[in-house]
Amino acid sequence: MHDQNIVEALRPVLKHKVKENTEEDIMLCYQCGKCSAGCPLIDEMDIAPNQILRMLQTEIPELEEKVLKSLAIWLCLACEQCYSRCPKDVDLPKIMDYLRAESIRRDLVNPKAKEILAFHKSFLDSVRLTGKLYEIGLIAGYKMRTMHLLQDVNVAPTMYFNGKLNLFPSQVKNKKAIKRIFEKALREEENK
Amino acid sequence: MSRIGVFICHCGENIGGTVDCEKVAETAAKYPGVAYSVDYKYMCSDPGQNMIKDAIKEHKLTGVVVAACSPRMHEPTFRKAVSEAGINPFLCEMANLREHCSWVHLKDDSTTEKAEELVKVLVEKVKRNQPLEPIKVPVTKTALVLGGGIAGIQAALDIANSGHKVIMIEKSPSIGGHMSQLSETFPTLDCSQCILTPRMVEVAQHPNITLYTYAELVGLDGFIGNFQASIKLKAKSIDHDICNGCGDCIAKCPIKKIPDEFNAGLGTRTAVYVPFPQAVPNKPVIDRENCTYFTRDGKCGLCAKVCTKGAIDYSQKDEIITIDVGAVVVATGFDIKGTDFFPEYGYGRYKDVITGLQFERLASASGPTLGEIKRPSDGKVPQNIVFIACAGSRDPAKGIEYCSKICCMYTAKHAMLYKHKVHQGKASVFYMDIRAGGKMYEEFVRRAIEEDDVNYIRGRVSRIYEKNGKLIVKGVDTLLDAYPVEIEADMVVLATAGIANEGSEELAQSLHISYDQHNFFAEAHPKLKPVETNTAGIMLAGACQSPKDIPDSVSQASGAAVKVAALFSKDELTRDPLIAYVNRCGPPTYSTCVGCFLCVSVCPYLAIEKEQIKDRNGNLIKEVAKINPGLCQGCGTCVALCRSKSIDIYGYSHSQVFAEVMALFNERSLENV
Amino acid sequence: MIKIAYFPGCSLEGSSKEYNESLLAVSKEFEIQLEEVHDWNCCGATAAHNLNKVLSISLPARTLALAEKQGFSEILVPCAACYSRLLTAYNELNKDAALLEKVKEILEIDFSAKVKPFTVIDFIQKHIQPKLKEKVKKPLNAKIACYYGCLLVRPPKLVEVERYEDPLMMESIVKELGATPLDWAFKTECCGAGLSVSRTSTVGKLCSKILDDALSRGATMFAVACPMCQSNLDMRRRNANVFLNEKADAPVLFITQLIGLALGLDKKELGLQRHFVPFNLEIFDKPIPKETLGKSKKVEEV
Repeated sequence: MHDQNIVEALRPVLKHKVKENTEEDIMLCYQCGKCSAGCPLIDEMDIAPNQILRMLQTEIPELEEKVLKSLAIWLCLACEQCYSRCPKDVDLPKIMDYLRAESIRRDLVNPKAKEILAFHKSFLDSVRLTGKLYEIGLIAGYKMRTMHLLQDVNVAPTMYFNGKLNLFPSQVKNKKAIKRIFEKALREEENK
Repeated sequence: MSRIGVFICHCGENIGGTVDCEKVAETAAKYPGVAYSVDYKYMCSDPGQNMIKDAIKEHKLTGVVVAACSPRMHEPTFRKAVSEAGINPFLCEMANLREHCSWVHLKDDSTTEKAEELVKVLVEKVKRNQPLEPIKVPVTKTALVLGGGIAGIQAALDIANSGHKVIMIEKSPSIGGHMSQLSETFPTLDCSQCILTPRMVEVAQHPNITLYTYAELVGLDGFIGNFQASIKLKAKSIDHDICNGCGDCIAKCPIKKIPDEFNAGLGTRTAVYVPFPQAVPNKPVIDRENCTYFTRDGKCGLCAKVCTKGAIDYSQKDEIITIDVGAVVVATGFDIKGTDFFPEYGYGRYKDVITGLQFERLASASGPTLGEIKRPSDGKVPQNIVFIACAGSRDPAKGIEYCSKICCMYTAKHAMLYKHKVHQGKASVFYMDIRAGGKMYEEFVRRAIEEDDVNYIRGRVSRIYEKNGKLIVKGVDTLLDAYPVEIEADMVVLATAGIANEGSEELAQSLHISYDQHNFFAEAHPKLKPVETNTAGIMLAGACQSPKDIPDSVSQASGAAVKVAALFSKDELTRDPLIAYVNRCGPPTYSTCVGCFLCVSVCPYLAIEKEQIKDRNGNLIKEVAKINPGLCQGCGTCVALCRSKSIDIYGYSHSQVFAEVMALFNERSLENV
Repeated sequence: MIKIAYFPGCSLEGSSKEYNESLLAVSKEFEIQLEEVHDWNCCGATAAHNLNKVLSISLPARTLALAEKQGFSEILVPCAACYSRLLTAYNELNKDAALLEKVKEILEIDFSAKVKPFTVIDFIQKHIQPKLKEKVKKPLNAKIACYYGCLLVRPPKLVEVERYEDPLMMESIVKELGATPLDWAFKTECCGAGLSVSRTSTVGKLCSKILDDALSRGATMFAVACPMCQSNLDMRRRNANVFLNEKADAPVLFITQLIGLALGLDKKELGLQRHFVPFNLEIFDKPIPKETLGKSKKVEEV
């Protein structure tokens, strides 16, 4: 029993980790709900933005896990509406950034978020390889990850004929520099 | 030869827990000139005080050091005790062992050593103390009340009824303040004007009250009991001694489109006007900023033509009068934020998004709609109305972190009044918390919800925008897991934050009183001196201190009035004689003052003047500085600046302070040898 | 000839080529040379800041560093998302010396992060608008809904735009083109941005609300200054129309394309053939609908 108390005391509290990494203080939130009221994606979120902050405020491990497993953290568009209207100046999009990274680190990513994550990963793959976004490469990578092979078959030809798709990637000359940035930044992230 | 008594207080565990008081007493007994030294659990208790009195008599003490708490706490206690034992109270000094030692250090030998040194220093000082007599100053038994709202009215009537004279000044043309704008009042729903106007009339007719409306304070000099107030009487352009208030001038005034301040901008008024029908005084003034006679070089002049009494006087000038007063009650009230303060609620561009004060005017029988709730844009009766509490209040991002205190209650009242007037209408209130601490307040809010079916939704509104003549109000119900709530409202009322009046910072500076970061005036102590300011003789009443409702304003005003009456109950005031003086000596020098008068230019209280020293035949010998003991506050600025060391302060003389420093210095230098 | 550092960003090389084309064409008319920062790279966009903070600062920082090395003090960033990332990097690097040191180490470039990004709207206000009126050859007969989206105006603490809830910068530009700006409510609502590929139907729904508000108030076309706003309102129109009672056919043009049209530039030069929702010059021949009257004060009065 005594040992368990020590384990509990040593457990990293998620809101503290958020504070350390983003300088955002979740305890500032007084639950007015203005963030949720202005959120364009509130209808699709499984947990409302203000509820996410409330759950983290409690420090209850099950609720922290529920937050990291939520779809909501992946739906957040970082449109900054909540932050720009928050009476307490809580930078919720910044907190969401951290929660997503933490969700990946703890392998708790919501299954319904796999498309969103796949898109982000494919996007970064493209940037890693070419230094720029190569849209065909992005879509191909995304389709491989999600197996949504038929998505956007209706827009792609038009994009091509309108001259919006480049068959060959535009590339950064100093690709080594880009590769190095990725390596070092990922190492930083792992050290956390 | 000095015979000093030293009394070390344990203050229970406060000092005794950290400092070895017994040891301090033993050490003190060995200081040269100390005749008696003792420690005791509570020096401020009756037995403690008696110890001091007995020791003075028994050991024929010539001075006393009490080593205890801060002199701010108990200096008066101990000075009174020593004077009861027959020695001059200014021969008693306190060493602060609590705030300066035991509270700020850990229990340690060095802490006790510091306590000993603090005592030693004071012993050296007391040896050089002189008996002093308190300064007596006369009291001008006239009070100045700034502001004619309910707080000012209450304070003025209470002071006047206790038999003292009152000068009331009000910047607008009528007294009454914000309360005169209100429809009905919570939690009783009695009509605001019905209970206010008798008081307004009483002020006007009271033999002890002199009322100046359309007037502003421009300066205040002097000190408690002896202030000189400079008051600007703005030109009314109408001779109120002749005017009979018939209103012909108002009826004929062609300038009719001026936004009406009394109706919070919802109606219009003329350039010559009485703010509202029950105004006191009920005689018009001409608003020179809008009257074409003044803005366009004598054009118009209609009012003068129609006035049968010949009361119109365009040539009147602003006048400055100076009045002696003994005390001041500041009751200048507050203001509210406008709807333009809210980007997310439309920057003030939606006509049907109004403030709480505007709603008061719509609901008031004397308002622009004669009490019918009609929206400003098209005059239709709103069928769906939304009230938003905490609009700007509790919003640090907008710079206002405090709660405006009155909005919860008036919003419940507004929703209730609306439901009483528009029975089939729908009223919703967005709120974060309901703060209804007050007699019958919680019951009142519950009545709005339970009996009048007002829909309370817990959540802040994110945005308001207009679509097809409706105002779309977007919020969520945080009690329903952030369930989205979107209301198509006909009108929205924002309970906008209560803020300090424009110009309150300048007013505080001219009164020499403190103010907080939001420019509300600061009380001297948040709990124990809530109506006094840091400047003796100046009291606060009402919302100029912080937003507050009518009962609180009235209570505070009565409190301020009692403070004034207590001050006026004596014919003269005494105060500590710890003031500066310029030395004098015999001929041929007369004074070491060389007459450079640097002191005159730095004295913040304008207490230093020039004095001519003349011989018997009236020939000028020299000109020296002289300090007015009535004005000097003993700050010491002049002492520090005086090049010839000719100024000293009673109780803190050069020789005393020097002895204190040397007491420490000598010991240290000996240790180092 | 004024020379300005230019960071087109990936979209302007691919799916939003017409933004690049029209921006260059208009600049040329005003004798301004936009000089691409040599060997710039992708800003990392939402993907990077969603997943890795250091990466999200380092990627845009490289472009800022290159621009600094190439002797520029500010940089034009037409894409709102790129702008947001570059400005965030600029701010973070300037307020956090330790982060700047770390990023210098990662990039292996010594720089001071003093190159400040600015938007196409800033660019037009400063360099184009003063001479715009005299250069307009073909005034536009249109009622234009100026759509800002998120990152050009938010968060206000970062971008410091006046009236961030109801911006009027593009309105004042289109007015000088002879068009009537629409007074509407959804000009800063989010289009769905980065969810365009991964949750297309969500984007459709968000865009439908934007389209509906503008069209119900009488808009005949849209002006945008962000490639994501443009592609979501244009390329995802089919997905948006699913949620609308009446199919929307109002074209979505970049503000630079509108300026180009008013200057009398060629349709093709402005890349107007590249849109999904077809744009025809005849649109300017139609009478513009009357104002749908609200109860509020007009924007001009504010």
